[in-house]
Amino acid sequence: CSKSNFLLKKMEISVAEAEKRTGKNAVNMQETYTVYLIETRPVDAASEGTNPVPDSLWRRYSEFEQLRNYLLVTYPFLVVPPLPEKRAEFVWHKLSADNMDPDFVERRRVGLENFLLRVASHPDLSTDKIFYSFLTEENGWKETVFETGFQAKADSRLKALNATFRVKNPDKRFAEMKHYGDELQSVISQLLRVRARAADRLYGVYKVHGNYGRVFSEWSAIEKEMGDGLQSAGHHMDAYAASVDDILEEEEHYADQLKEYLFYADALRAVCRKHELTQYELEMAAQDLTSKKQQREELATGTIRTFSLKGMTSKLFGQETPEQREAKLKMLETQIEEGEELVKERNGECEEFVKSAWVDIERFKEQKDHDLREALISYAIMQISMCKKGIQVWNNAKECFSKM
Amino acid sequence: MSAGTPRALASSGQKPIQDIRHPLSAEESALSRSPDVLHPGGAGERDLILPNGTPVDTSSPTSSSSLLNRLQLDDDLDGETRDLFVTVEDPKKHVSTMETYITYRVCTKTTRTEFDLPEYSLRRRYQDFDWLRNKLEESQPTHLIPPLPEKFVMKGVVDRFSEEFVETRRKALDKFLKRVADHPVLSFNEHFNAFLSAKDLNKRQGLALLTKMGESVKYVTGGYKVRARPVEFAAMGDYLDLFTQKLGTIDRIAQRIIKEQSEFLMELREYGPVYSSWSSFEEDLHDPLEGVSGCVSNCSSALEELTEDMSEDFLPVLREYVLYIESMKNVLKKRDQVQAEYETKLEAVVFREDKKTSVPADVEKCQDRVECFNADLKADWDRWENNKRQDFRQLLTGMSDKNIQYYEKCLAAWESLIPLLQDKQEAKGETN
Repeated sequence: CSKSNFLLKKMEISVAEAEKRTGKNAVNMQETYTVYLIETRPVDAASEGTNPVPDSLWRRYSEFEQLRNYLLVTYPFLVVPPLPEKRAEFVWHKLSADNMDPDFVERRRVGLENFLLRVASHPDLSTDKIFYSFLTEENGWKETVFETGFQAKADSRLKALNATFRVKNPDKRFAEMKHYGDELQSVISQLLRVRARAADRLYGVYKVHGNYGRVFSEWSAIEKEMGDGLQSAGHHMDAYAASVDDILEEEEHYADQLKEYLFYADALRAVCRKHELTQYELEMAAQDLTSKKQQREELATGTIRTFSLKGMTSKLFGQETPEQREAKLKMLETQIEEGEELVKERNGECEEFVKSAWVDIERFKEQKDHDLREALISYAIMQISMCKKGIQVWNNAKECFSKM
Repeated sequence: MSAGTPRALASSGQKPIQDIRHPLSAEESALSRSPDVLHPGGAGERDLILPNGTPVDTSSPTSSSSLLNRLQLDDDLDGETRDLFVTVEDPKKHVSTMETYITYRVCTKTTRTEFDLPEYSLRRRYQDFDWLRNKLEESQPTHLIPPLPEKFVMKGVVDRFSEEFVETRRKALDKFLKRVADHPVLSFNEHFNAFLSAKDLNKRQGLALLTKMGESVKYVTGGYKVRARPVEFAAMGDYLDLFTQKLGTIDRIAQRIIKEQSEFLMELREYGPVYSSWSSFEEDLHDPLEGVSGCVSNCSSALEELTEDMSEDFLPVLREYVLYIESMKNVLKKRDQVQAEYETKLEAVVFREDKKTSVPADVEKCQDRVECFNADLKADWDRWENNKRQDFRQLLTGMSDKNIQYYEKCLAAWESLIPLLQDKQEAKGETN
């Protein structure tokens, strides 16, 4: 696949293996977990033909999660590539939902590699130092990333994302993108659900044909001339029944590609939400500034346009002294100055965010169109292969039957 | 089936027209002319004649029957030597105040002199076929009569007037008549003739005939203690039992496959449209996604066709063979009865006091019956085996063909999609 080649220009990255480990966890309980081997090798070395041994280190899924959370917090204006699913979902009947299942582990290995390659080929993410040390420093990475203080930011980020607030003037494009993200998430979920059910049924169709194999064999035993043809046809029926396992395993790969974009939709939504948040904060600051300015005006001109308790009490209990008023005005002036700085700052942040986020969203759109088109092509190729196999098996069986 | 047999076959058919009993004439037993059902109680004045017209050489019945077998094994249907063609077509619904029913057109083309005209076309309903089959069973008890499709269908479960049901039935009735027409003995049966040519099948007359015939047929249902079957017939019986089992299993498997395919089809019908709704909010991906949706839809239609074909063509033929086997088993049992009668009577004679060396005539008659029945049965068995082989070869290659066609349709759909999917990519070039 063609990914842009930033870090990848200098370094080959792969998740080569997976292994089971047992150890004591945080609460001193014995647990079994899987670790993945990350291999890196300078690109030049391979091209020289010397093919040296790659550098490698082991990481578990939770460390990948930490890396991603760090990236989410540090680059809120980027659509951060997603990790493969934590737990097996949209599983069809025969497939195991067990995280320790070797097929699941293998697919996860592929997904983790894909994640690293996506980050490494992103123009901004690939330059991140924490990412680099994730790939190259086995020990000490945990402390390094902890020191960035990302964990606290991650928690508040999550809170903010889930908060409800109303934005008055969101950027239309971001609103549309958020809506798109919602629709994409919904449709891919539906697709994955139905596909899993269909896979289940297809499995049944193929496997029942295996019964023909057995009965033809039994039947051939009581026949004379018909026997050979029946027997060999039966073998083809067995082959047909067995072929569905490979077919459905390949289809899981397609499902994984869809899942990646299901989770990408979430990342996209997060960026749009972040925009809303910055926009909201700007609006709040602007609103605050406006109200402070208004207060100043009222104080200066002595007219009360807005209802305030202070205003009422001063009416009831008499006006303030000119000194008091002067002090208040001065305070307001300071606040207004600060407020204006804040608005300027927030406005800058907002604009900055909109600018860089939109660039990445456009990049993401192109990537999505390309990748999903490729996924559909390989899905069609898979179906073609399945049809050809089917034709072959039934032709073989037909030949046997015609010799009955 | 009758292609290789010489014209002198089936002596009952070689009679001049005036001698053939019209089924509506209630004067005489319709059996009297059939050579293979023996005249009961006669004093041995008639020679036993095998279906091929040659007299039975009782000393070695096997030689004549093996000649018979060789002749009848030739299953290459030579259109030139066949002189009777029948078809069942054009089902139509009739609504009367009393009932609603379906009739079928039965067309006959023949050069046989037993028929007054060279062509016939008349309408018959299931009842009439049923009548014919009963008549054939009664009048030709030593022969295997092909089965009819099931008589009773559960109302409310199956729609008796649906196109599929009627068509399935028509095919089975057509097969039934063709099998009778191809049989060297049955095709010359006068009831068959009447069925094909008589405007009005008067069944009440038929019933009257039945009671008259009851006498002559009674011997077949004797009450004699059944003896051990000769090896070859025992083997037939065993085979039929095992074969029935296998057919039952195959029927269950086929039904199960149809069920699984139907459920898969249901999911596909939901799956395709999701791609369509997805395409509705995509720009660049709109066409590819619509394309996939269309593809899935085409595959769904192809699958639906496959399932329908299997239901309509495959399962009914399997079930028909189960009925065929039942008929064959009954014929075997009748044969056992005939043998039992013979052996019982023979034993009685052997144990008689007087040392009469000549075997009484009625015991001789029984022996002749046994040997004739055995010969007919063997001939029919061989024909049945051949037909079975052909029929199942056809059935199973047909099943393979249907599956191949299904996959070919799907293949064509997906292959035509690839250029559509790749289209914009080439125009855009490498997105990197």
